[in-house]
Amino acid sequence: MTARTVTATRRLSTILAIVVGILLLAMSITAASVVGAAGLSPAAVLRTVAVHAGLPVEPLPALDDGIVWELRLPRVLLAVLVGGGLSVCGAVLQALTRNPLADPYLLGISSGASTGAVAVLVLGIGTGAMALSTGAFAGSLLAFGCVLAVIGRGTGGSIRVVLTGVVVSQLFSALTSLIVIWAGDAQSTRGVTFWLLGSLASSNWASVGLCAAAGAAGVLICWLASPSLDAFAFGREAAASLGITPARTEITLFATTALTTAVLVAASGAIGFVGLITPHAVRALTGGRHRVLLPACALCGGLFLLVADTVARAAFAPREIPVGVLTALIGVPAFAVIMWRRKDMPA
Amino acid sequence: MSLSAHEITWTAQGRPIVDGITVEIPPGGLTGLLGPNGSGKSTLLRLLAGLMRPRGGTVLLDGHDLNGLPRRGVARRLAVVAQEVNTDVEMTVLDVVLLGRIPHRGRTAASGAQDLSLARQALRQCGMAELEHRRWSTLSGGERQRVNIARALAQEPSELLLDEPTNHLDIVHQLALLDMLAATPVTVVTALHDLNLAAQYCDHLLLLHEGRLVAGGSPGEVLTEQWLERVYRVRAEVTTSATGRPCLRFLGPLDRPHRAVR
Repeated sequence: MTARTVTATRRLSTILAIVVGILLLAMSITAASVVGAAGLSPAAVLRTVAVHAGLPVEPLPALDDGIVWELRLPRVLLAVLVGGGLSVCGAVLQALTRNPLADPYLLGISSGASTGAVAVLVLGIGTGAMALSTGAFAGSLLAFGCVLAVIGRGTGGSIRVVLTGVVVSQLFSALTSLIVIWAGDAQSTRGVTFWLLGSLASSNWASVGLCAAAGAAGVLICWLASPSLDAFAFGREAAASLGITPARTEITLFATTALTTAVLVAASGAIGFVGLITPHAVRALTGGRHRVLLPACALCGGLFLLVADTVARAAFAPREIPVGVLTALIGVPAFAVIMWRRKDMPA
Repeated sequence: MSLSAHEITWTAQGRPIVDGITVEIPPGGLTGLLGPNGSGKSTLLRLLAGLMRPRGGTVLLDGHDLNGLPRRGVARRLAVVAQEVNTDVEMTVLDVVLLGRIPHRGRTAASGAQDLSLARQALRQCGMAELEHRRWSTLSGGERQRVNIARALAQEPSELLLDEPTNHLDIVHQLALLDMLAATPVTVVTALHDLNLAAQYCDHLLLLHEGRLVAGGSPGEVLTEQWLERVYRVRAEVTTSATGRPCLRFLGPLDRPHRAVR
C-alpha cells in the first residue's frame, strides 16, 4: 500500500468511526430513556423528541410526554455530557502532568465545589437547586484560583502542579468538614453526603444546556491542542524542542479543563472514577494519539456514565443509589478486563 | 544558515555550569562536543537548542536571537536528541517518529502522506524500518535511541543537536550512526564520550573543561597528549592513523591512587 492510499483508508475509517459513534450514542440515549417505572416504548421516546423538535407528529398523553421530556431525557443527556466531559478533562490532565493518577479533580475543583455546595446547603446561603449549583461553581473557581496563586508564574513542571492541587484540595476538604460540624444537622449531612458522591437526579434542561455549551467548548479547545498534548509524551523539554511553548499550553489547558469541570461538577456533584479510568481504558483501545483519543474518550465516557446512571436509578428502584458509587462498581471490573487483555501494558 | 553563541553563561545554585562560551558552529559539518562528566556539554547543547535561556550572552540562529524567535519556527529547522528520553504513553515506533512532523503540520491537521513517507525515510536511515509497528515499551535502550534519532531526522532540521547519541548502542550501530551523521548535509553538533570515535568521524571538535571552552579545532589540534592530561587527567599516546586522524591509546590515570604495598 502506498502512503496515499493509507491516508485515504484512514480518512474513510475516521468517517465510519464517527457515524458508528453517533448511531451508538443515539441508540443508547433512546434505550436509557425507555428504562424506568412508567413503561414507555422506544417509539414513544422518539415521538416525544419529534413533537418537541416541531415535527408534525401525534403527541403522547401529557403525563407520558412530561416523563420523557422533563425527567428522563435531561437526565440521560446530562449523564452523557458529564461522563464525556470528565473523561476528556482527565485524559488531558494525565497527558499534561504525565501522571497516570491525574483526574479532572486534580486542580482542587471537586473539593472547592463541595465547600461551595455545603456552604449553600448547611449555611443556607441562597435556596433551591440553582443556588446549590452556583455555590459549587463559585467554590470550584475559588479553589482553582488558590491553586494558580500557589503555583505562581510559570507552571514549573508537573510535580509542583500535582502537589499544589493536593494541598489546596486538603484545605477545602477541611473547610467543608468545618462547616458541616459547626453548623450541620443530620438532615443536611445526609444531603451533603449524597451530593459529594455525585448524582444526576437534579438534572433539568437548563443544566443540560450549560453543560453542553461548556463541554463542547472545553472538548473543542482540548482537541485543537492535540498535537501539543502528543508532544508532551516525552516531557516538557521534548515538547519545547517540537515547537510547543510548554508554559502557555499548560496554562491554557489547565484553565480550560478547570472551568469545564467546574460547570459539570456544579450540575452533577463530584462523580468519581469516570475521568480517571476512562482515558486509560480508551488509550488501551485507540493508542495514545490525542486527535483520536479525545473524541473516543468523550464517546466512551458519555456511554459509560449513561449506563452507570441508568443502572443506578433502575436496579434498586424505587430506591436510587448515587451514581458515583456505581461508576466504581461497574468501572473496576470493566477496567480489570481491559488490563487482562493487555498484560504487557507499561506500568 | 548559521548557529553561534556569544559569551553565553548558565549558573545553577550560584555555580557556573557554562561560563562565557563563544563559539561559531561550522555549517554542514560534524562538530564533536568533548569534555569530562560535568564539564557542561549537556547544558551547552540545551542553550544552543534554545531549550533554556542563557543567564548572560546570546545564541544566534542566522543572526537572530534564538530566544526571541517563535518556537515553532525554530523546531522546523533545529532538532534535538536528548539523553535518556522515555514515556509511559503507549505509542508505536511510527507514532514516535511522526511527533517530529508536528512543527511542520497545520496546527489541527492529521499527519498526511508526506509526513508518513518522511517518517519512514528517517526510520530507514536509522536502520529501524522493519520495526515501525513495534510498541515503544517493547524496545531496547539502543532501539529507543535510534527511534529518537529518527524522530529528530523527521523534523527535517538544518541543525541537529545530539547529547551522547552513541549511548546504549552496539558498536555496529555506533559506527552506522556516525557514518550517517558525517554524510548528512545537516549541521550536526554532538556530545561524545568516546574520544577515538570523535577523532575518527568529526570535522571539528570543541573541548569543554569546567564550563569553559578550552580548545576548538580539527581533531589533530584538540586531541593532543597535553589536552588529554589537563582536561581528562589521563596519560595517553596519540599517533596518527593512515587517514591522517589522531588515534588514542590510553595508558592510565594521571593521579594514580596509592597502591597497596605487596
